Amino acid sequence: MAILVVADHHNEALSDATHKTVTAAQQIGGDIDILVAGKDCRPVAEAAAKIAGVRKVLYADDARYEHRLAEPLAALIVSLADDYDAILKAATTTGKNVMPRAAALLDVMQVSDIIAVEAPDTFVRPIYAGNALQTVKSTDKKKVVTVRATAFKAAEENGSASIEDVQPADDPGLSSFVKEELTKSERPELTAAKIVISGGRALGSYENFEKLIFPIADKLGAAVGASRAAVDAGYVPNDYQVGQTGKVVAPELYIAVGISGAIQHLAGMKDSKVIVAINKDEEAPIFQVADYGLVADLFKALPELNEALG
Amino acid sequence: MKLLVPVKRVIDYNVKVRVKSDQSGVDLANVKMSMNPFDEIAVEEAVRMKEAGTAQEIVVVSIGPEKAQDQIRQALAMGADRGLLVKTEAETEPLGVATLLKAIVEEEKPDLVIMGKQAIDDDCNQTGQMLAALLGWPQGTFASKIEKKDGEIHVTREIDGGLQTVSLKLPAVVTTDLRLNEPRYASLPNIMKAKKKPLDVKDPSDYGVDLKPRLEVLKVTEPPKREGGVKVETVAELVDKLKNEAGVL
Ligand SMILES: Cc1cc2nc3c(=O)[nH]c(=O)nc-3n(C[C@H](O)[C@H](O)[C@H](O)COP(=O)(O)OP(=O)(O)OC[C@H]3O[C@@H](n4cnc5c(N)ncnc54)[C@H](O)[C@@H]3O)c2cc1C
Ligand SMILES: Nc1ncnc2c1ncn2[C@@H]1O[C@H](COP(=O)(O)O)[C@@H](O)[C@H]1O
Repeated sequence: MAILVVADHHNEALSDATHKTVTAAQQIGGDIDILVAGKDCRPVAEAAAKIAGVRKVLYADDARYEHRLAEPLAALIVSLADDYDAILKAATTTGKNVMPRAAALLDVMQVSDIIAVEAPDTFVRPIYAGNALQTVKSTDKKKVVTVRATAFKAAEENGSASIEDVQPADDPGLSSFVKEELTKSERPELTAAKIVISGGRALGSYENFEKLIFPIADKLGAAVGASRAAVDAGYVPNDYQVGQTGKVVAPELYIAVGISGAIQHLAGMKDSKVIVAINKDEEAPIFQVADYGLVADLFKALPELNEALG
Repeated sequence: MKLLVPVKRVIDYNVKVRVKSDQSGVDLANVKMSMNPFDEIAVEEAVRMKEAGTAQEIVVVSIGPEKAQDQIRQALAMGADRGLLVKTEAETEPLGVATLLKAIVEEEKPDLVIMGKQAIDDDCNQTGQMLAALLGWPQGTFASKIEKKDGEIHVTREIDGGLQTVSLKLPAVVTTDLRLNEPRYASLPNIMKAKKKPLDVKDPSDYGVDLKPRLEVLKVTEPPKREGGVKVETVAELVDKLKNEAGVL
């Protein structure tokens, strides 16, 4: 078996999701190569070369890969696919965008968002917002798989793989990059943070996030998340959304504040180690998954919590 | 422009699904079924484009059971013009659906396909990307804004770090995210009118497409259940437990 792991990065740093995808690849078993496609991102390729158990890093440096557009990136993956039995990428928004395109070009049915490897052709994945787990066996010759990063441990960094340049593939030229508006934050990245504090509709405004949630997050070194309702209302940016259709997180500690606990939200956080819920409605479904529930008005409880944390 | 909108009949998002005891799947008997929420957003966007004069015709297609006509009728009541059901009782898989949709696109020749980013039953998030690949068209996934500009289409996409805007040549495939719009409820008169709108029913074999799945489902199981814990009375008690009992602070 030879496995290609497509790296996740924004040209500057290699995302931890790549290390976790390598672990999934190790569980499938075989020689593992990592593809780093981007623009001026040799440090990313160097970081990938350090991941334990990697045979080599394929480095494609070209302007057409700068913004991770699906059409050229899928074409590149397809151009390399002959050498591999399985192609994996983390189920980040880039993975979700690019991999099904590559899969269809290879006439393969992708296995999305796996949380476990049962055999080289058999995987477990959540369906129905995580309310059921499906074990599927792929009958395709080649496997194309996206990996739920939170379900796998990060591979270590004691390797020293070689870095090989690869030629860019023909760019189909179907789309072009216009702009990117990225959320700037000093806080840890949601999916990688050890502690996450999320606010729901009950927060009522951005100002309340700023006044009540952010100071606690900063004291705890936590990332800030939100329910869909809070994002839809414009309190916080879209990439704060935790849930079935947002980000999946599994921190040591997840604090849900003013969130009712709809199944779509639970889908994104119920694998957290310890869950705390603060809600003024003692019947709120979030309490059914919370290890510690506090029935209280958040406008009173959060300032107290901030104080108690010193 | 002519628009094609694929919609899927799925379990309603409010239903708490139950896994069958023989592990063959989830229990769909007597549960409420609806249009996939992301597809409702796709229909709404198409109707708005028609209202704005950017689009002239909207064709809605579903691949699914006889009953999926209900979802097509709902889309017609929201403002789509014509429906097509490709009838199959079997569960569909994204690659098969994309292959069939490609054949339909070749017949209907739309300028833009707008569809959901994800079906909330299989949670695959693949079909739109696959359709774009098979057609050799560009893709704008997870759209929170769609604008026609100088013969191309600008799509603002919800990505992990924030928002990305790409420009796509037409024809193209766009998939919807939650914040693209808020779908309307169809009015009673429009529901009545929708009953008279054309709805064709066909068979996958009419397109020469084989929907045979590539993934074999070995079993469907219940996820490990999380037990609710304890209620604490005060913030001080909470902090104490997190520090001394859970050891996470
Ligand atoms: C297709 C689809 C996908 C979805 N995907 C997601 C997703 O990825 N993530 C997600 O989060 N949602 C998602 N949703 C939405 C989900 O169904 C819920 O609507 C949403 O999670 C509700 O957000 P909320 O808990 O903040 O708001 P609400 O349900 O309105 O809950 C607010 C809570 O705050 C409590 N409260 C009010 N005031 C106070 C106070 N002063 N102090 C303390 N508590 C207070 C209330 O008791 C209530 O429990 C999706 C829905 C659909 C249809
Ligand atoms: N059987 C189907 N009939 C019509 N459209 C479908 C079907 N399956 C998937 N789709 C479309 O593809 C989108 C993504 O589905 P999926 O890739 O299964 O998550 C859905 O939101 C629909 O727009």
